[in-house]
Amino acid sequence: MSTAAPAVALRGLRFAWPGTPRPCLEIDAFELAAGERVFLHGPSGSGKTTLLSLIGGVLDPDAGHVAVHGQELGALHAGARDRFRADHIGFVFQLFNLIPYLSARDNILLPCRFSRARRARIAAAGGDPAAEAARLAARLDLQAALLDHPAAELSVGQQQRVAAARALIGRPPLVIADEPTSALDADRQRGFLDLLLAECAQAGAALLFVSHDGRLAEHFDRVVALGELNRVAGEAA
Amino acid sequence: MKSPIWQLTWRSLLNRRLTALLTVISVALAVALLLGVERLRHDARAGFASTISGTDLVVGARGGSVQLLLYSVFHIGNATNNVSWPSIERIAALPDVDWLVPLSLGDSHRGFRVVGTTAGFFEHYRHGRGQALRFADGQPFGGLFEAVVGAEVAARFGYRVGQRIVVSHGAGGTGFAEHDDKPFTIVGVLERSGTPVDRSVLVSLEGIEAIHVDWVGGARLPGVNIAAEHVRKFDLSPKSATAALVGLKSRVAVFRVQRQINNWSEEPLTAVLPGATLQELWNVVAVAERALLAVSALVVAVGLAGLVAVVIASLGERRRELAILRSLGASPGQVFRLLALESLLLSLAGCILGILLLSATVAAVGPWLESAHGLPLSADWPSLAEWRLLGAVLGAALLASLVPAWRAYRHSLADGMTIRI
Repeated sequence: MSTAAPAVALRGLRFAWPGTPRPCLEIDAFELAAGERVFLHGPSGSGKTTLLSLIGGVLDPDAGHVAVHGQELGALHAGARDRFRADHIGFVFQLFNLIPYLSARDNILLPCRFSRARRARIAAAGGDPAAEAARLAARLDLQAALLDHPAAELSVGQQQRVAAARALIGRPPLVIADEPTSALDADRQRGFLDLLLAECAQAGAALLFVSHDGRLAEHFDRVVALGELNRVAGEAA
Repeated sequence: MKSPIWQLTWRSLLNRRLTALLTVISVALAVALLLGVERLRHDARAGFASTISGTDLVVGARGGSVQLLLYSVFHIGNATNNVSWPSIERIAALPDVDWLVPLSLGDSHRGFRVVGTTAGFFEHYRHGRGQALRFADGQPFGGLFEAVVGAEVAARFGYRVGQRIVVSHGAGGTGFAEHDDKPFTIVGVLERSGTPVDRSVLVSLEGIEAIHVDWVGGARLPGVNIAAEHVRKFDLSPKSATAALVGLKSRVAVFRVQRQINNWSEEPLTAVLPGATLQELWNVVAVAERALLAVSALVVAVGLAGLVAVVIASLGERRRELAILRSLGASPGQVFRLLALESLLLSLAGCILGILLLSATVAAVGPWLESAHGLPLSADWPSLAEWRLLGAVLGAALLASLVPAWRAYRHSLADGMTIRI
């Protein structure tokens, strides 16, 4: 993969949920450079999660192009898109985005089970998944003892850090965070954001951070309002 | 690395182990019931079929062929009429007849049938694949007041050779009319054969005559009491028999002899082929068997419906989990497999537990069933028919598992990564 390819490139994108007459997303052009950290903000219901599903290749656009890391997603069939997502994109969601019945460690390792490329990158760096999970956990201030606990027993802040470690393991070139701090109080929001930014920088991953909370924007390279991108945002919101 | 779906399925089930366990138990009970009914059906048939072999014809008074077979061989029900002794002798003398064993029923010992017969019974009666009766101890009766007891009778009362027993009049329960003035001495104890012989006391026909010398019409003649030592002075040759087992010199003659006996001029008689008559019996019983099997199949259906309901109910809570798995690279197909595998594993565990449950039940109740109802239940591995039933259950489970799997598949396609609660 060339480092010159943008982490995300959208062109002429249009998407409507099945059964709805009007599209909920219409984006002429958007680009996220490799390693760039962008804050995308917009009110609830403005199509943020839909946009992330399109970038993740979970949804198909009705028209237009989505390219991630130089790869045109439309050119891949569904199964290949799922593998591509597993290999290249790490997701952090809002509250409770861990698999509750797995331990914290197994949650962190889960992307490695789905993605050979992530395992390969860890191996290339001279590590193994379990050690990498422990290293990430330590960097995110998670005590080693916590790793064996079921995810459901962790505090919200701990869960979010496990989710971050899960997104980062195997160094995907793109990390997408969807309102990851909305369930945290103000102090923890700052702490979590700092950790996430630092880890993405360390891993060289581009970060697309989506939130309705504009106060967090100051730490990012660039701030984009979804309302400006999305030509139908006004109506959808 | 192993497929992530296996691990996730396993851990997810483990996480909901109480619900999973209850679901498995309900499926297991249903499966055990289904297999149990099938095994009972099969073993009852096998038991009946192996009760008599080597006998070509069973002869009795004119009546239904199934009824004749039931009362003469299986000791179920009673004869309406007897066969006179001259007829018995003449049948025995027919040129095609090799041997004849008369049976005289009607008395009992502490709830077990007393069978009056000849020593030929021990020689000619065969069960299973032509096995003869074997003595655990002692020998066939020879004297007038000698008796041979079946294995079950001996086991129930702890009888041993040399003990004396009293025969009651009539076939039901413990009689109040006891032939207590003429006790019998046990001279032989038979090995278990899995036939009604196990639950019989065998004496000579003359013995049966002897205890009835001073009886008329089911009651003792008032004022008449003939002591056992004097009874030998009377004519104790049998006057009649309830039925007779007949062996032919050549099986080819079986229909000819049957016709001869059925057209007997001296008295109305019936001769039946045991195998053909059993087949008749199955035709009657088959309706009830099918009904039983259908009911247990319904119970299995209810069990599987419960399983599907449980998995679908869990789906509501797990929509978020499935969306997360999608974001991690799981394909909709993998989500489908996750849910299908879960239902299948539950059903499979249910089937395995069901088999174990059945085996445990057979081990626990089998001996009682055999001794109380003469139904030998095999504790074997599932038979071919049972495997077929299990296959059908798993097939149904496979179909049922598609329901939650399909719903999850639709969800994960429709939701994308939108996390819904």
